[in-house]
Amino acid sequence: MNDSTRSATQAVPGQVTVEGQAKPVQATIQSQAKPVIKVAKRPSHTRSRVLMMVYIVFVMLPIYWLLNMSFQTNSEILGELTFWPQDFTLENYANIFSDANWYMGYVNSITYVLMNMLISIMVALPAAYAFSRYQFIGDKHLFFWLLTNLMAPPAVFLLPYFQLYYTVGLFDTHIAVALAHCLFNIPLAVWILEGFMSSVPKEIDETAFIDGYSFPKFFVKIFIPMIRSGIGVTLFFLFMFSWVELLLARTLTSTNAQPIASVMTRTSTASGIDWGTLAAAGVLTILPGIVVVYFVRNHIAKGFALGRT
Amino acid sequence: MNNKVRNNKAWWLILPMLLLVAFSAIIPLMTVVNYSVQDVFDAQTRYFTGTEWFVQMLNDPTLQSALGRQFAFSLTILAIEVPLGIGIALLMPKKGWQASAILILVTLPLLIPWNVVGSIWQIFTRGDIGLMGWSLRELGYSYNITRSPLDAWITIVIMDVWHWTPLIALLCYSGLRAIPEAYYQAARIDRASRWAIFRYIQLPKLTNVLVIGILLRFMHSFMIYAEPFVLTGGGPGSSTTFLSQALAIMATAQFDVGPSAAFSLIYFLIILLVSWVFYTAIMNMQKDKKDGGA
Amino acid sequence: MAEIALKSLAHSYLANPGSPEDYAIREMTHVWQQGGAYALLGPSGCGKSTLLNIISGLLEPSSGEVLFDGQVVNALPPEERNIAQVFQFPVIYDTMTVYDNLAFPLRNVGTPADKVHERVLEVADVLDLTPQLKRKAKNLSADEKQKVSMGRGLVRDDVSAILFDEPLTVIDPQLKWKLRRKLKEIHQRFNITMVYVTHDQLEASTFADKIAVMYEGQVVQFGTPRELFERPAHTFVGYFIGSPGMNLFDVRVRDGEVIADDTVIPVGRGIHDAVARARSNNVRLGIRPEFVEVHGTPVEAGIEAVVEDVQDLGTYSILSLRLGDIALKARIDEDSPVPSKSAYIRFPDEWVGLYVDEFRVEIDHE
Repeated sequence: MNDSTRSATQAVPGQVTVEGQAKPVQATIQSQAKPVIKVAKRPSHTRSRVLMMVYIVFVMLPIYWLLNMSFQTNSEILGELTFWPQDFTLENYANIFSDANWYMGYVNSITYVLMNMLISIMVALPAAYAFSRYQFIGDKHLFFWLLTNLMAPPAVFLLPYFQLYYTVGLFDTHIAVALAHCLFNIPLAVWILEGFMSSVPKEIDETAFIDGYSFPKFFVKIFIPMIRSGIGVTLFFLFMFSWVELLLARTLTSTNAQPIASVMTRTSTASGIDWGTLAAAGVLTILPGIVVVYFVRNHIAKGFALGRT
Repeated sequence: MNNKVRNNKAWWLILPMLLLVAFSAIIPLMTVVNYSVQDVFDAQTRYFTGTEWFVQMLNDPTLQSALGRQFAFSLTILAIEVPLGIGIALLMPKKGWQASAILILVTLPLLIPWNVVGSIWQIFTRGDIGLMGWSLRELGYSYNITRSPLDAWITIVIMDVWHWTPLIALLCYSGLRAIPEAYYQAARIDRASRWAIFRYIQLPKLTNVLVIGILLRFMHSFMIYAEPFVLTGGGPGSSTTFLSQALAIMATAQFDVGPSAAFSLIYFLIILLVSWVFYTAIMNMQKDKKDGGA
Repeated sequence: MAEIALKSLAHSYLANPGSPEDYAIREMTHVWQQGGAYALLGPSGCGKSTLLNIISGLLEPSSGEVLFDGQVVNALPPEERNIAQVFQFPVIYDTMTVYDNLAFPLRNVGTPADKVHERVLEVADVLDLTPQLKRKAKNLSADEKQKVSMGRGLVRDDVSAILFDEPLTVIDPQLKWKLRRKLKEIHQRFNITMVYVTHDQLEASTFADKIAVMYEGQVVQFGTPRELFERPAHTFVGYFIGSPGMNLFDVRVRDGEVIADDTVIPVGRGIHDAVARARSNNVRLGIRPEFVEVHGTPVEAGIEAVVEDVQDLGTYSILSLRLGDIALKARIDEDSPVPSKSAYIRFPDEWVGLYVDEFRVEIDHE
């Protein structure tokens, strides 16, 4: 048998273990083997974990405090400071779920957020495609103008918005808020989607058209699936900015479409602030966000750079 | 950019979007412009004032100081959030369940309605019922955001860092994930220090996302309203009254819409100016990248 | 400069590997001598890159040891192993100039500036990068980038070895040849141990003095290009090296003769005995198409085979032959006559290899 090949499978019993801080171990396989060199494990690994934990604690502490308070009665809150609920109660949550004014606030908010997400993505997809694929008269100026809307402070538009929506009879409807949020959400969606679409090679489009796909069919069947994670991230941003916005939502509604954020101001009454209910309502506003981020968690790492790395 | 097809029919794809945004943007903006050059007494009586309101606004000391505070605030939070965000992105684990869990936790503050962020910090920092306020007092520091402008100012900065650093961190994390493993391997072979890896591999790949992050952060910090409004109400005095709130106070307190409309436009123009600088920077960078790449 | 030895090395990407298939590298012992130019040849997924990463320290082996000049370096990270590695896709530092890229590995260890300058100029000269030194690295073409990657390995005069992981994948064919020459030149000039991973036999044999052929996580043969061609130690080497690959067919002994699919193969005593001794039902004879003797007319001890196809490749032709159910290839020079219907072939004993369970069994030809 050929020696050079068989040697590959010969087992040489070795028992050298090397550990970061172990004393030099004599290698026993071969007589000429020198002592194993010691290497200290990089300390940065543990340190980065500790630092990460510190940051997570910083993020979670205020939220924990809100949660803690939402399970306390007002007398406990206002009494001696307690680090966790001594007298655990769900009363604050019960208050919210038994009062139509309260829970309708959530329904209203979610309604207009979903409406806005739907409208924004529907009109932004073709627009972003146009920006990423075609050159046309005024394209660059148009794109910059779009971005300026992203920068428009809502405070600037409060009064005109109120007048505009009042005039067209949309005041205090969900669609009014959804449309108002389009001001910044559509430009945002176009901007993010354009980034993702530009990273899809043009050859894909050309091949599909040669294969006889019509534009709408190509767009829905081929193109959209290719930028799935981009759409996921876009929806995440749309949700985020519509859900957290308060100024416009409050200005354009009074009772029928009142968002949860403005219902929360009811906790502040002449007899003082109802801290427990405020905290519980706050906790409930965080939950939809957790659900959304859970769904897009796998896309965030790739998609958050908005196709622009 | 050059390989795009010239086709004006693309306007049809833009049209629905354009109509919607125009409805939400142009009509209200026209209204604001209209008000800004008139003195409106009632529905029938109005006078053309030209640039009078603009001049008056530019000379208004309350607004000037609000503008100064606004810049100080925006620059402060950028100076803290950008390095911190990069640092956190570097620390975040890249795989396993911890990566998902930390990702979700880090993202959380971004998804809380802005007024609730204010409420959370209001509760958290109160001397009687808030963990932070109470702890600081127990430690012997007479912390009071309703009396001390410094305390109020620092608290708002901490709140903003808490609220918005995740955005920078996630952008950077996403940018870092796009770096091929071979770069790190090559750097180890080249015996690069941790700092050199950051400086020559990671940071160059982060510039794009960082520009986006800084732009978004600048814009949003310039519009900040709900959080300080809930937390400090702009006080003590007007020490934490930023532009949006100054505008809101003026619009609601004054009978006249003219000056506040003029103020709105000045405010908007400032943001546009700064953003335009960023936009040009981004466009140049993309051009650079296209020329240089492959 | 160093001799690199692998002792009972094995690696698996799984936490608890069980069967041999779980291993990317099956247990092996191997030595790369100081100053040699070696190639590591094998198909995709055979473990070449894994082995390379273990040598450079990017991967820690599941078991066994890596020794540099007799010193166990398992615990050493790549930065302390004094090894250079060039990757499949060029890795360059975008923001730096070519000069700074080349200087990077030296500056990282605090080399004095004049020494850095001297080395960078020398390496740039060898790689024809001198005119590009002041340019930003990101504006280079793919082959220039790859040269910069190589340059970063060469610039260090203390390296024990340079490892190349299919470095010419992204390079245009005509430049490939130039760069390979360059590498060879560099090897002679600097006398550094070089290990070159590739799946291209031509690349391997033009670069290396000795080639290690890898298959399913093990080195099945380690030898000169000539040895690989003439005496493949494993059926895989026979099949993988050469074009077309080695002819292999099952044989057994019946009535004192070596039989392949009912055809008697006239072979010497030595081969007959070895086939008869083999305790396996996987016994094959192998012969390269180049060594099959082809005649147009019946010859002594010739076997008649059906000519199925002739492929004229210019200076030579490839014959596709059929012997019962066995398909064979034979190569004949352009000046020899090409048989049209049937050919009479002979297998010279010295070129026939016996493979039992895929490995070659050496035969004593008396």
